Amino acid sequence: MTPELVVFWLLSVLTVASAVMVVSTPHVVHAALWLVVTLGAVAGCFLVLTAEFVAWVQVLIYVGAVVVLLLFALMLTRSPASTTGATSRNRPVAAFAGFSTFGVLAVVLTSGFRGIVLDLDSQPDQLGGAAPPERIGDTRSVGEAIFTHWVLAFEVLSVILLAALIGAIVVSGRVRDRDRQEAAAGGGS
Amino acid sequence: MPLLQPLLLSSALFGIGVYGVLSRRNAVLALMGVELMLNAVMLNLVAFDVWLRDSLLTGQVFTLFVIALAAAEIGLGLAIVLRLFRAYGTVDVDALADDRRADPVHVT
Repeated sequence: MTPELVVFWLLSVLTVASAVMVVSTPHVVHAALWLVVTLGAVAGCFLVLTAEFVAWVQVLIYVGAVVVLLLFALMLTRSPASTTGATSRNRPVAAFAGFSTFGVLAVVLTSGFRGIVLDLDSQPDQLGGAAPPERIGDTRSVGEAIFTHWVLAFEVLSVILLAALIGAIVVSGRVRDRDRQEAAAGGGS
Repeated sequence: MPLLQPLLLSSALFGIGVYGVLSRRNAVLALMGVELMLNAVMLNLVAFDVWLRDSLLTGQVFTLFVIALAAAEIGLGLAIVLRLFRAYGTVDVDALADDRRADPVHVT
């Protein structure tokens, strides 16, 4: 058993255990903190799989930004009327759906990709004629791939982010006076 | 390392995410389940990229795009959750589904 396999096993156990805690802990803030552990363990898996840049982007965006955003939302939506029990009444159905999804995926992936061994030291093939990256998955090679071949998708993605930004501002913004009067009239009638 | 190991980890993560989305009452916690499912997909993409060794690094670049889209999705989703909270006073998805018209709308 190679060292990277041992590290990946430990990270897998940590990922699954903390993900179970995310979906089962009754405290909402604890769920967000367990999500940090899960996302950090997945970033470690990316590192073991030689996807260095993706791992650091995962740490920056997910652990840094998304979890902070989730914590903000949890604090802003906390009210005395909100129930403390965080789990719904359809928990058996949800457990069945989760287990059957896992079962189907595991059976399909096992029957399709059994026996394939990843070579974590190999270089990419040279069929594209590109200059060989010195190391696979580091910042330089990923950046060259994004800004040469994937640049159009990158620009479209920036437009999507701008649209999401404007949409979030519009949706969560203060309701205009006219809408408020209409809502009051509709509630009173 | 066998390719099956990251694939099985990602399918387990996806199943846990499905359970989280379906079983949580708080809408913010349901969004956390969506994040778990997205992470499972990203793990799959990276594993297949390492297997195929594409010179354009398609899997890793697509993983970065998925991360950016997940950031956009979580921002928009939390904006909708905040709007729901201000309109109905709760983020309990069961209560919102049961008596959607029971409470008068008190938007601020």
